[in-house]
Amino acid sequence: MMLEKIKTDIEATVPGCLLEIIPNGSPSGQRSLLIEPSHAVAAARFLRDNADLRLDYCSNVSGVDWLDTEISEKVTVKTLVDGVEQEIEETRKRRSPGHLEAIYHLYSMEKKHGPVILRLRTENRTDKIHLPSLTPVWRSAEFQEREIFDLYGIIFDGHPDLRRILMWDEFEDHPMRKDYVEPDDYEYEPTAHDDILTKAKQHNA
Amino acid sequence: MIRAITEPIDEELPPSFTDGGDEGELLEIALGPHHPSTHGVFRMDVVLDGERVVKLKPVFGYLHRNHEKIAETASYLSSMPYTDRLDYMCSLSNNWAYALAVEKLAGLQVPERAEYIRVITAELTRLQNHASTIGFLTQEMGASGTPLMYAFREREKILDLFESLTGSRMMCNYMRFGGCRVELPSGWLEQTRKVVGAFPRFLDEYEQLLTGNEIFMARAQGVGVLKKELAINAGVTGPMLRASGVNYDIRKVDKYGIYDRFDFKIPLGEHGDVYDRYMIRMLEMRESLKILNQALRDIPAGPIMDAKAKIRGFRPLAGEAYGRIESPKGELGFYLISDGSPNPYRYRVRPPSLINLTVLEDMCRGYSVADTIVIFGTVDIVLGEVDR
Amino acid sequence: MDQKVKIELSQQGIVTTTLEELYNWGRKNSVWPMTFGLACCAIEMIATTMARYDLARFGAEVFRPSPRQADLMIVSGTVTKKMAPQVVRLYNQMAEPKYVIAMGACAISGGPFKQGYNVLKGIDRYIPVDVHIPGCPPRPEALIDAFMTLQRKIDEQALTGPNKPRHLDPDAPSEFIVPRFGAHDLDPPNNPDVWHILNNVDSCATGKDDVGED
Repeated sequence: MMLEKIKTDIEATVPGCLLEIIPNGSPSGQRSLLIEPSHAVAAARFLRDNADLRLDYCSNVSGVDWLDTEISEKVTVKTLVDGVEQEIEETRKRRSPGHLEAIYHLYSMEKKHGPVILRLRTENRTDKIHLPSLTPVWRSAEFQEREIFDLYGIIFDGHPDLRRILMWDEFEDHPMRKDYVEPDDYEYEPTAHDDILTKAKQHNA
Repeated sequence: MIRAITEPIDEELPPSFTDGGDEGELLEIALGPHHPSTHGVFRMDVVLDGERVVKLKPVFGYLHRNHEKIAETASYLSSMPYTDRLDYMCSLSNNWAYALAVEKLAGLQVPERAEYIRVITAELTRLQNHASTIGFLTQEMGASGTPLMYAFREREKILDLFESLTGSRMMCNYMRFGGCRVELPSGWLEQTRKVVGAFPRFLDEYEQLLTGNEIFMARAQGVGVLKKELAINAGVTGPMLRASGVNYDIRKVDKYGIYDRFDFKIPLGEHGDVYDRYMIRMLEMRESLKILNQALRDIPAGPIMDAKAKIRGFRPLAGEAYGRIESPKGELGFYLISDGSPNPYRYRVRPPSLINLTVLEDMCRGYSVADTIVIFGTVDIVLGEVDR
Repeated sequence: MDQKVKIELSQQGIVTTTLEELYNWGRKNSVWPMTFGLACCAIEMIATTMARYDLARFGAEVFRPSPRQADLMIVSGTVTKKMAPQVVRLYNQMAEPKYVIAMGACAISGGPFKQGYNVLKGIDRYIPVDVHIPGCPPRPEALIDAFMTLQRKIDEQALTGPNKPRHLDPDAPSEFIVPRFGAHDLDPPNNPDVWHILNNVDSCATGKDDVGED
C-alpha cells in the first residue's frame, strides 16, 4: 500500500486535486500526503470507499502551528567594487509565511492496514484559516476538529457543531499557538527557577 | 438550565437547544460537573421529555491541564511523569505508549527482558482497570459500593506489586526510551505469580455475583445499543468496539512489543449493549491472565535497557512518528513532531476516552436518565485523558 | 478541672467535661465529606474509603453528594479555571461549620501543571483551606493523617472569646466571591480577602539569594 500508488489513484479519481508526498526524516518512515483543501472531502471519500483501501477509521486529528520563519540564503550577485565587476556572495533574508495544519491519521479496520497520513494546510496564520471539515466522512473527527478550532483557531467549514470544547465559551485566545502569551499569575512561587523566577520577580520588584 | 444559584445572575443565558419541542415542555438539565456518577468533572446537557432523553451534549474541559503545551517546553523525558496523569487508573500503559512513540521516532530497540516486563505490567494494569470499571458500573446501577469493594480489594494487591517495582502506587513513571527504569526486585516474580494465581477465583466470585443476576440483566441487556458501522465510523476503539462485533485489537493488528508470541483470543460481542460490554471486560480479564501466565513462564534474563539509548542529551532527528497501543480503554496514541531539539515541536495525545464519547448521544437517545448513567459507565472514561 | 480528680471520678462512673469539649467531640467524630473528586487524587480518596484504608472508622461514614448535607470538602485534584467557579459555588452552598482539605499538590498550588493557561494555581486563591496534604498523589495514609489533623483542629476550637471559629462569629463571611469567565483569565484572578501572600517571606527564596540566577 504505497503512498505513490494512493497518490496516483486519487489524482485519477478526483480531477484537479493537487497532492504532494511529504518526506519524514525520522526512522519511523511515516510519510504523509499533502492535499489541497478544495478537493479534500472528495479525496477523503475516495479513501474511505475504495475497495482496496477501505480506510474507514480516522484515528487521530492533530493541529500544528508553524510560525513565520526567516530564511537566509546566499546569493551570488555581480556588483561593482572599485570599478571592477566581481561576483560577491550576499546573504539575503526572506520571510516564509507560517501556516496552520490539520493532520489526519487513517487506518482500516476491515483490511487491518495503515497508517495513511493526510495533511491539510491553511494559507496563513492570520485571516485565511478555513479548512473543509472531514466530519461528514469520518465522524470520529467531530470532537477533534472542535478541539483544533478551540486551541489553534482553524475554522472548519461543514462541521455540524463548531464551538469551543476545552476552554470556556467566553475565552478569546487560541492557546496552543506558539505566540500565545499566558496570563500572569506567578505572584507566589516557592521554588522558582529559570524563566519562572523572572516572571515571579516582576511581581516582587 | 436548571442550576443552583447563590448570587444574582445578570448575564444573558445562552440560547437553549429546546426549540422545536412540540409535545408539552421539554426539560433541560445539566448533569454535572459535580455529580456522584460522572467519573470526574464531566457534564452532560440533556434535554428530557418526561424521563426520556431527547438530546444529549457532553461538555468537558473542566480538567484541561494543557499537558500538550507543557510538553513543548519540556524535554522528552520530562513528559514521562505527565503521561502517568493522563489516564490515571492505568499509568503504566500510558508510559508504554509514549515510550513506543519515542522509540519509533528515534529508532531505538528494546531488549527482550524489558519487553516481557512491559507486557506483564500492561496486562496487570488491564486487570485492575477492568475490575474497577465493572465495580463502578455496579455502583452506578445502585449496588452502593459493595462490588466496588471487592474490585478494589484485588486492585490493592496489584498496586502493591506496582509499588514494590516502581516506588509509587499509581503514578509509576517506569518506562524509559529503550527499556525500563529499574530491574525487578528479588521475589517480585514470585509475588506476581501468587497474585495471578489467585485472580481466577476472584473472577469466578465476581461472575457468580453479577453475570446471572436478574436485576443486572434487566438493567443491562438491550440498553445502549451501539451498531457496528457507527462504531467504526466514529472511531470507537477498545472493549466498546469489540462488544459491537468488530474484531480490531491493536495487540493483534500492529503486533507491537512481543504480543505475537502469546496465544490469546479476542472476545467479541454480538449486540453491542451494556451487558455485552460488561461480558467483554470479564472475558478480556481471563485472556489477560493467560498472557500473564505465559509471560511469567517465559521471561528471560538479560539487560533491561538498550545500551545505545542516550538518557542525557536526547535529540531525535527531525521528523515525526505516531505510536499507538491497546490501552484498557481503547487505542492510546502519541503523535510527536521533532525538529532536532531536545523538546518536541508538537506533542499530541490521541485519547481513547474522548473519541469514545462521540457516540454517547446516539447510544442514550430514547432511554431514561437512569439508563444514561449506566450507559455512560460502560463507555469507561477517565477525565484526565479526555481533557488532558 | 484537675486531671487526677477527673480520672478518679471517671473510675467511679462519673464523667466530667466542659460544654466546649462535648460540642467539639461530637462534631469532630462525625465529619461527613462531600463526594468531590476532580482528578487522580480522587482515586486515592476512593481507595481510602475502601476496605483496606477504611476512612469510615474515623467518622466519615457517608460521603454526601449534596453540598448542603456535607461538612467537609476534600478538594482532590487539579482545579482548573473552568471548574473554579463551580468549586466556589459548591463551597458557598455548604452550611456552616464547613472545612476544606486541599489534597494533593495541584489543589495546594497548581502542582505539576503549574505553568498552565487553564490551571488555577491553588484553590486557596478563592476559598479558605484548613488542611493541606502534599503529595502527588498523597497516599491513603496521608489522607487519614490529614483527617486526624482536622479533627485535632476542631478539637482546639474555642466556643467563645476572640479565637472563636468562623461559624460562631456573625461578622465573618461564609460565602465568597464566585469568579466569572473573562476573555483571557478568570475575573477576579484571586480573592485578596482569602489569599494572603506571605509578605515577610521572600517568595522567590529557596534559602539562598543567588540560586537559579545563572
